[in-house]
Order: sequence, then C-alpha cells, then structure tokens
Amino acid sequence: MQIRRLSSVLAGLAVLASVLVACGDDRSTSASEPVKLRMTVWTANEPHLKLFQAIAAEYKVSHPNVTVSFDPIPFESYTTTLTTQIAGGNGPDLAWVLEESAPDFVSSGALVPLDDTLKKTAGYDFGDLAPAAVKLWRTDDKLYAYPFSTSPFGLFVNTDLLKKAGQPNPAGLVAPGKWTWDAAFAEATAVHAKTGKAGLVVRDFDYKVWSNLASIWTGWGAQAWSDDGKTCTFNSPEMVAAMTRLHKAIFVDKAVPGPGTSADFFAGQSAMTITQMSRASLLTDAKFAWDLVPLPVGPKGKYAVVGQAGLGVLKQGGHAADAEQFLAFFTNPANSAKLAQYFPPARKSQLNAETLGASNPLLKPAQLQSVVIDGIATGVVKPSHTGAAEIAQTVRASLDPLWKADANVKTVLDNVCTSLTPMLGQ
Amino acid sequence: MTSITDPGPGATVAVGAKAPVTSQRPGFWTIRRRDQLAGYLFVAPQIAGSIVFVIVPLILMAWYSLHEWNVLAGQFSFVGTDNYRRLMDDPNLPGVLRATALFSVGLLVLNLSLALLLAVLLNQRLRGTVFFRTLFFSPVVVSMIAWTIVWNFLLQNNGGINGLLQVVGVHGPNWLRGEGTAMVAVVVVQMIKNVGLNMVLFLAALQGVPTDLYEAARVDGANGWRTFRSITVPMISPTILLTSIITVVGSLQVFAQIAVLTQGGPGNSTTVLVYYLYQQAFQFHHLGYGATLSLMLFLIVLALTIVQWQMRKKWVFHES
Repeated sequence: MQIRRLSSVLAGLAVLASVLVACGDDRSTSASEPVKLRMTVWTANEPHLKLFQAIAAEYKVSHPNVTVSFDPIPFESYTTTLTTQIAGGNGPDLAWVLEESAPDFVSSGALVPLDDTLKKTAGYDFGDLAPAAVKLWRTDDKLYAYPFSTSPFGLFVNTDLLKKAGQPNPAGLVAPGKWTWDAAFAEATAVHAKTGKAGLVVRDFDYKVWSNLASIWTGWGAQAWSDDGKTCTFNSPEMVAAMTRLHKAIFVDKAVPGPGTSADFFAGQSAMTITQMSRASLLTDAKFAWDLVPLPVGPKGKYAVVGQAGLGVLKQGGHAADAEQFLAFFTNPANSAKLAQYFPPARKSQLNAETLGASNPLLKPAQLQSVVIDGIATGVVKPSHTGAAEIAQTVRASLDPLWKADANVKTVLDNVCTSLTPMLGQ
Repeated sequence: MTSITDPGPGATVAVGAKAPVTSQRPGFWTIRRRDQLAGYLFVAPQIAGSIVFVIVPLILMAWYSLHEWNVLAGQFSFVGTDNYRRLMDDPNLPGVLRATALFSVGLLVLNLSLALLLAVLLNQRLRGTVFFRTLFFSPVVVSMIAWTIVWNFLLQNNGGINGLLQVVGVHGPNWLRGEGTAMVAVVVVQMIKNVGLNMVLFLAALQGVPTDLYEAARVDGANGWRTFRSITVPMISPTILLTSIITVVGSLQVFAQIAVLTQGGPGNSTTVLVYYLYQQAFQFHHLGYGATLSLMLFLIVLALTIVQWQMRKKWVFHES
C-alpha cells in the first residue's frame, strides 16, 4: 500500500517536473506572460549601461511583457563568474563572451544558434555583417554569438609629455612610414629619461595577460600557435625576435615600465599606451593633449590586431526565444549605430568615418579611419583556443622567467612550448 | 505559573518527593524526555547548520569527485576513479603541496613567535600597553580584501615599502615578482593581519598564570629565561596548542591574499592548494577534479588536526 502511494507521489512529481521543463523550453512565450531577461556584461561604465537601458526601454514599448536587466560583472573575473552562475543553474539569458573564450562557448553547445532569428527579423540585414568579424563566432555554418564589438588596438599618445621630452608627435611619422617600433620605443625611452614618467604601457598586460602582447608580436609576424591551433609557435624565430626586442625595450632601453611598476596613461602617468578604441571614453575630461595613432610598423610591415566580444543567448536561461528576439533588436542597424560610439560594429555599412564619427565626438575622422576602419579591415584577432583559461595560466606561469633582466629569451620560449604543447593537442 | 521544574500533569514525580501513590502509567513526556527535547532544541540550529553547510557539501564533494562536469555543455558523467588517478599523476601537484607547506610552516613559525613575543612584552605593567595592544589587534578586524589590496599597492616595485627603503638608502626587491620574495611577502601580509588574534589569546593565558609560581621560582633563584621556559610555557601550553591548530587550519585555507597579490605566480611559486583547486574548478571548469582536490585538502586538515590533538599529551602541561 505504502509502495503504491510512494509510486503515485513520484509519478506526480515526474509529471510536474516534465511540465516545468516543458515550460522552460517553450520557445514561444505568450505575449502576455511576463518575461524577465538578464544580460551579463563586463562594463560598469555608466554611459554604456544608460545606452543599454535606453535600448531595453525602447524594446519594452513593442514588447510590454519583456523586462531586460543588465548585470555588470567585473572584467577580471567575468568568465569565471559567468560559468559559476551556469554551474549553479543560475545562468543569464544573454551574455557577453570574450574572444579568448569564444571557442569554449561556441563549441560547447551552451549557446543558441542565432541565424534563423536574425535572418527572419525584418530590416535586420544579416548579410551586412562582415565575414571576418563573425568568423570566430561561427561553427558548423551556424552563428552562435553576435560580434557586438570588433575593436582594433591603437596607440594613445600623451602629446604634452612627448613635447616636454622634445619628441615628435607620432601622427606626423605615420604618413612617411617612419612610425616603426624602433621609433616608438626610442620616443618612450626619451620620455622616461627626461620626465621620469613611464614611456609605453601595454594596457591590462601587467606581465600576466600575455595575449595583449599580440598587439606587438604580430608586427614581427609571430603568433602564439598555428592557425589550426595544434602547434605551439611561441618559440618560432619570429616570436623570439619580437620578444627579444620587447625584453630590450623593458630592461635595457627602459622604454616600457618593468614588472611590478604601475603607470596609468589615462591619469597622465605614461606617454603612450596600447589599448582599444572603447577606452577613449576615459579621456573625456583629460587634462593633457592626446592623439590616437595606429600601431607602429613591425619588421613584417603594417598590421592591426583586433579584440572582439560576442553577445550570445544561453540555452540554460529558459527564455531562449525571447532572448533571441531581444538580441535581434539590440543589434539591429539602428541600435548598432548607437552602440558604435563605444563598440565598433560588425556591420560593413557602418564601418565608415561618417557613422563612427557621428557617435564618437572624441575621435577625429582621420583617427577613426586609420585605427578603427583600416584596423577592422586588416586586423588579426587576438589569440583564442578551447581551454582558454588553462592555456592562459600555463603560458603566464611559463613566461614569468622572461620578465627578468638576465633572461634567456629563446630558452624561456622553448619552455613555454614544452608546457603548452600537451594542452594544444587536447 | 508553571516553572521549568514543574513536572506538570501526568508526569512522573521526581525521586525523593512525597508523591501520592497512583496506578496510572507515566505519560510519554517524562522529565527525562523533556530535558532531552530541550537539549536537542538548543543544539538544533548548530546541527542544522553543520548538516546543511558541512556534511551535505562534503558528501556532494565526494560524489562530484567521481564525475566529470562540463559546465558549459551541461554534461555530468560518471568517470569512476579517473579524477583520483589524475591526482596521482598531476605534474603540478608536488609544487603546489610544496608551496602550501612552505606557506603553512612559515606562517606558523612567524605568527606564533611574534604573537608570543608581543604578548609577553605587552603583559608588562608599562605605560602605553593598551595603545599597542589595540594597534596590533586592529588588523584582525579589517576586511581581508581591503587589507590585501592596500598591501598590493605597498608591495609594488614603485610602491610604499620600496619608497621607505629608498629613504634609508636600500634598493628594495621587486617583492611580488621574485620567486623567493613573493612567498615571503604573502606570508608576512597574512602574519601581520592575524598576529593580533593570537597575541590576545596569549595575553589572556599569560594573565591566568598564578603569580605565586613566579615568586617561588624567584625564591629558588631562577633567572628570567628559566622562568619563562619552565613556568610560562608549560602553563600556557593549552593556548599554544589552540593557536597552532587555528593557525595551521587557517593557513591551509589562504585564498584572498594569493588571488589579489600574486595569482599563484611568479611561475607557480605561490600556487597553494586552495588557489589551485579554485583554478581547476572555477577557471578551468574541471569541477570533478576540483572536488577531488577539495577532498584531499579536507583530509590533510583533518589529519594535521588529529596529529596536533594527539600530541597534546606531550605538549600540554595539564594533559600529561
């Protein structure tokens, strides 16, 4: 009797569970049912969030049952926090994804393919998305995240500090082809020697986030691993040459502040910094004159490096269909143009100085053309691979011996490949 | 009004009382049972907390350690003892255990020595001792993250510590970037943070030592060191045991300092066990292996605590 009662209770629970699961998977929530969507982002910048909220408010006019909230997570712990939320069954409906984590997210099945929804959305113009921009976010001919930001690395310059050190503005060296890494390091050395301020800082590198060094080593034709991701190329002749030059710039020329020395360009503490265009917003109230120039020319010629961020819909969120529709609205041509003031768009029609200039009052058309538009057209995306966090940690630990004055560059880079190779084969 | 000792109607009357003879069987709620219920109710919150936050997670950890959990793909598959075999073959683990042992031993020695020294100094009847007691104890109440972030600034190559050293003509090392100095820096930052707590415990113990023992020693002609070794240390040995257990267990759980100051570097020189299992579970998404490392940490803490507890008969004056 008791067994029968227990069986009926379990059966009841199973039916209830299946109903709940069915509700969770429902791809077409009825229009009257209230839906709360949560999007995780790594910006806490007030103007960014205000813009997102304005777009969400506009969406609510046509979809009164949908409320979207934006959940900022600190950049340093973004992917860890996001995956912990997913592990705890509390994943968001939409999430920004860093380019270095793109292979992990795209190949895992955690994200919903977006092609059908985006193509069906009236006025979306799916064909306008630049193929180079969507490459990282596509697998098996399906797009798993929208590349909402394709931001090239450029060099911000404190022209006041350069003037004080008697150095020319790099903008004048770009056209005659004299803006080389040797010229950049020489100017940085002079600033440090004459003003005591730091010369050139690779922002957010801090001798830990080594992938940001791609903005330098790409100029020597080096890359972290082969295009198929299976062979470590940290010890290639190109990488050895690039790292040897960087090592000299740090420990001999004193052009780049050494490990453990902090200097913030945006607080006027360094003459130059390599970073992305979206950082220009930090210069709104700058107390010094500044310029934005392309990355210097390397031994292999002119080049550009691009950092990307994608926006995806998570299956686990439970409101995938509503989230897809909001994503289609959030990234439609009109909203993409608004977002372009902070995040360079993936739309070919908007990659021109007029569109970008209209929403980027801080940047001049020439700066936008040379750094952003040309950069996106020719740029190499920062390194990414499956198992990104473990690879990042392994390379960071193996590269640490390089950041000493007496380091043997070739030996250190050989050791990096010894540690990294087993992981690339996985 | 019913008092707490009032047996109430139907209860058996306590032995010794002149109770009327009755043929009724005693009710279920005897005094003994009531007392038991009251006792269980008093400890219930603690037991519930232990079950929810200790026992259940521990059982789940053991369960997870037999699985591989792909968070992104939402796959949870049974892998048997794979994670334990991986533990045996992990090339990083010896270095991690070495760093953990170095941190724990360094902290134990430095913390207990300094805490005892400060307690002995501040146990004197001198002016200003209250100020210094407050000064040394105050880091204990500061938020760990705030404390570590401030030290992160101070320990930079161009930070406050090297600035001070430069004033006296010393060129300080790059504290957080040198393999030897990074571990020293992390140990010292943790030691300064918690030395006040052990100091207060030692102070309380010192003040509990009967003064007549010192007087007897003085009459016998014992000098200061002999008095300290033969009277003070044995009399405060229970506190030495307590502080050593607290310090060792705390040192094995160090995380925030490593995460903020070094992130396990340079190389893997400051990657201690808790930070390593955090990396494996939450950064690399090897949650099953992270659970296996957690179980190992639990067993290490348990074993060390049992060893220390068993050794109390040798160490602790009252136990021998």
